[in-house]
Amino acid sequence: MLTKEEKNKIAEEMSHMPSAQASIIDALNIVQDAHGHVSDEDMKELADFMQVSISELESVATFYNLVFRKDPGEHVISVCDSISCFVCGSDEVMQTFAEKLDIRPGETTKDKKITLLPTVCLGYCEKAPAISVDGEIITNVSPEKAREILKDLTGGGS
Amino acid sequence: MEKVLTFELSPNDGPVMIDRYIADGGYAALDKAIGMDSGEITALVDQSGLRGRGGAGFPTGFKWKAMPDPDTCSHPRYILCNFDEMEPGTFKDKYLALNNPHVILEGLIIAAKAVQADIGYIFLRGEYKKVRKVLEEAIAEIRKKGLLERSKLGFDFELHIHMSAGRYMCGEETALINALEGKRANPRSKPPYPQQCGLFGKPTLVQNVETLANIPAIVRNGTDWFKSQAKHKNGGTKLYGVSGRVKTPGCWELPMGSTLREVIYEHGGGMQDGYEFAAALPGGASTMFMGPDHLDTPLDFDTLKEHGLSMGTGTVIVLDDKTCPVAATANLAKFYARESCGWCTPCREGLPWVHALLVDIEEGRGVNGDYEELVKQIEMIGPNTYCAFAAGASFPILSALMMFEDVFKEHIRLGRCTYRLEKQAAGR
Repeated sequence: MLTKEEKNKIAEEMSHMPSAQASIIDALNIVQDAHGHVSDEDMKELADFMQVSISELESVATFYNLVFRKDPGEHVISVCDSISCFVCGSDEVMQTFAEKLDIRPGETTKDKKITLLPTVCLGYCEKAPAISVDGEIITNVSPEKAREILKDLTGGGS
Repeated sequence: MEKVLTFELSPNDGPVMIDRYIADGGYAALDKAIGMDSGEITALVDQSGLRGRGGAGFPTGFKWKAMPDPDTCSHPRYILCNFDEMEPGTFKDKYLALNNPHVILEGLIIAAKAVQADIGYIFLRGEYKKVRKVLEEAIAEIRKKGLLERSKLGFDFELHIHMSAGRYMCGEETALINALEGKRANPRSKPPYPQQCGLFGKPTLVQNVETLANIPAIVRNGTDWFKSQAKHKNGGTKLYGVSGRVKTPGCWELPMGSTLREVIYEHGGGMQDGYEFAAALPGGASTMFMGPDHLDTPLDFDTLKEHGLSMGTGTVIVLDDKTCPVAATANLAKFYARESCGWCTPCREGLPWVHALLVDIEEGRGVNGDYEELVKQIEMIGPNTYCAFAAGASFPILSALMMFEDVFKEHIRLGRCTYRLEKQAAGR
């Protein structure tokens, strides 16, 4: 369900654009910020509210990396695997997360706590390897640091 | 050389906000530009020889001159600041915005005056939340000072930030326009160029962050001064950066035409202990590998072009001797295969294929003929697509195939990666 606040924000974005379609990405960002992903129901509601077709919305939603159409876990860990981070050991960082969480990149733990994603260059190459946890950038990540990050996220467990 | 983009900042000083920026001479160029004719500003930038800093190095003045006469074309006219910065290994625009956001805004407003734009968008990549905060604060500051008012500028100008939802393709200027229109970021065919038919079909200028940041100093100090800042050709200062196994990776404003040796050894502190320099991509992933024989080649657009190389964004990615060049090439191919927008068949279908073949070779499943097949595929993909993405993908891959031919062929002959075994033996 889109809240009144979300609808107001979307309307504000639409107000300075010459077409409804032009605000689709802003609208998807607003819904995702509030709900962590864009559900099928929210897509329908968004299409009604913006007066654009669902297929138009879907074509945009599925194109962009940061729009999640499926519900991710409570926390999302994105590990940069582009060249600078790769050279500085991002493979080992990804491997540490995958082993500790017992999932493969792209999957969510069974308890829905953590989603692990590979991601393209985050623009923090000078402090490689870089990862993003729930949108916050963490840099110079080593396998040890990765284990600590997991401990913090899972409340000391594992 | 005067550090006109970054002033004399260290990365830990925090952003220069408006009072200090003005105290250091900021917005004086805007005042000067307001008193100038639009055509005069364009002529000045054109004569300075300023080249676009987003990677392609296209002459900025040429782009501005291509904007149609405002009296005979429809409004609004748009100016778009390309802050997508998704090129792997590139972090210069982020560095600039986090240190000196107002120099970007001042350049943007002067450019808007020159091309008589009515609306500006800063197209910012989704992950740059810190940058967004700094830019929003800086925009709020100039609004408060009345710097965006008609009474100050002499024209109406609206400025917005658009947060991208993330896709490498958005950095291509016509794809960026599609993204701003709320569409899939596929490229458009050119012509028509954005200046004729851009955002919402209106005249549009798209310019990289660092390019715009160069404008205030050009307006303030003139073209001779600008040209004198460079060591060699192309004029001005440049944000160079380095990442990889160097001691102190980072970003610095240096004279245009600085060399790999200066960037890596003088500013980057040299290679980390236990690692040797093998090769470098001079400006993000979409450039060609340069070997040790190019350590003293000036990094500017024209000189590198003369060597059959390209400058790209000027943020150097160092490949060390302990990283397998085949694995690194496979990594680059993976990036391009994943980020291809899928519009053109050679790029959409060819790149995953190239990636799979590279992984096979790296993991010991290569067979005779694979090397030649890779070269053939890359040469087929590069030039046969709509936009420069596939060509950008082909540069690092093809240059790696040429530079490390022996390593690729050894992988195929031995059926294994020798680097990996050495790494295991050394316990790394």
